[in-house]
Amino acid sequence: MAVISQGVAGRLHEAAEEFVSPACNRAPRPNEHLRELLLRGLGGEAPAYHGFLRELGAYLRAFVRRRLASMPDEVEDIVQETLLAVHNQRHTYDAAQPLVAWASAIAKYKLTDFLRRHGRRARFTEPLDEAAELLHATDERAGEARRDIARLLQTLPERQRLPIMHVKLEGLSVSEAARLTGLSESAVKVGVHRGLKRLAAKLRQRT
Amino acid sequence: MRTDELIDLLTRGGGVPQEAPARRHGLAVASAALASALLMAFTLGVRADLAAAAQLPMFWLKLAYPGVLAWAGIVAMMRLSRPGARLAGLPGLLALPVLAVWLIAGAALVHAEPASRPALLFGQSWQSCPFIIAALSAPALFAALWALKGLAPTRLALAGAAAGLLSGALGALAYALHCPELAAPFLALWYSLGMLMPAAAGALLGRVLLRW
Repeated sequence: MAVISQGVAGRLHEAAEEFVSPACNRAPRPNEHLRELLLRGLGGEAPAYHGFLRELGAYLRAFVRRRLASMPDEVEDIVQETLLAVHNQRHTYDAAQPLVAWASAIAKYKLTDFLRRHGRRARFTEPLDEAAELLHATDERAGEARRDIARLLQTLPERQRLPIMHVKLEGLSVSEAARLTGLSESAVKVGVHRGLKRLAAKLRQRT
Repeated sequence: MRTDELIDLLTRGGGVPQEAPARRHGLAVASAALASALLMAFTLGVRADLAAAAQLPMFWLKLAYPGVLAWAGIVAMMRLSRPGARLAGLPGLLALPVLAVWLIAGAALVHAEPASRPALLFGQSWQSCPFIIAALSAPALFAALWALKGLAPTRLALAGAAAGLLSGALGALAYALHCPELAAPFLALWYSLGMLMPAAAGALLGRVLLRW
């Protein structure tokens, strides 16, 4: 029942938003705002991309927490897993597509996948037009993750781990990392890319 | 690692150039079509009277049917490989060519002499046709699943079925260059069955192989 009333509230909320005239609507609609941050991020603006992941993370946290009321300890792990998935799959976002549909399809997939691995059936097989629900609430209070991604990183093979450590953690440029590791620049890029994919696969196995 | 740290990790280092989905699909489809055609040419051989056959409208229908379904399969696969993409219109896109061919087949059966109807339906090669099509589509199925694997399908069985349909259609397209049958009812029944088999296999494989 709670799920249903949330859905109704969501639609009312959407309808109300439609009525607010642009002059009183101070904040841009979250869908547009996030979409712009992502597109700028994909264009190479790191601060915009950082903002995108942070804001999306807050929405994801509220979204997952609502649905996983009985397993609060797992919330932050799923938020992290979903953020990593969003990052790894960012090339599948089509700029013509509503951002909220894309992001919530990934969130639902990750949540369903998690529940299936834990032998529970997902109760939220809503059609896509309710995807807008993802952007209804934010939750900035990050909980503790149970799994330590830093430790999982240590288990990656060297040609993936080193590029990630140098480029992503220490903030070196790709060419600096290439010089340090003796790999070519394209091998560094491929290593980061494959390493993050493998990290996502490991996250699935560990839960 | 806290979530903030993870976000920092994902942000730094700039954008890693990724394969565009369209390129990945294109690469997979091109290599898959080539694989099916080569497999057909080397194991079965192109029919000897190809030039004569090309004069017959039925020869072109036999190419058009899997050709249109291959295109529909690519469209379905591209939609299903993006999270949250709209799927509206896909069922119609897939059903239309099948319905059209069944209508043509039905008309052919109605107009034929009752005694010749079984021949139109079964031809000479009904026992092998669907299985050869399925076999020719095998390399294409793996190429299509590989393309999907690098993208983000959220409905795994459906995405796998689309990959299977595409590969089945490519297999049928290649087989049509060898196959001697020239009756619409044969095409409607056995070609459809031949394409359905890889689609079913794709749905089953997709559920397992496409997880991410």
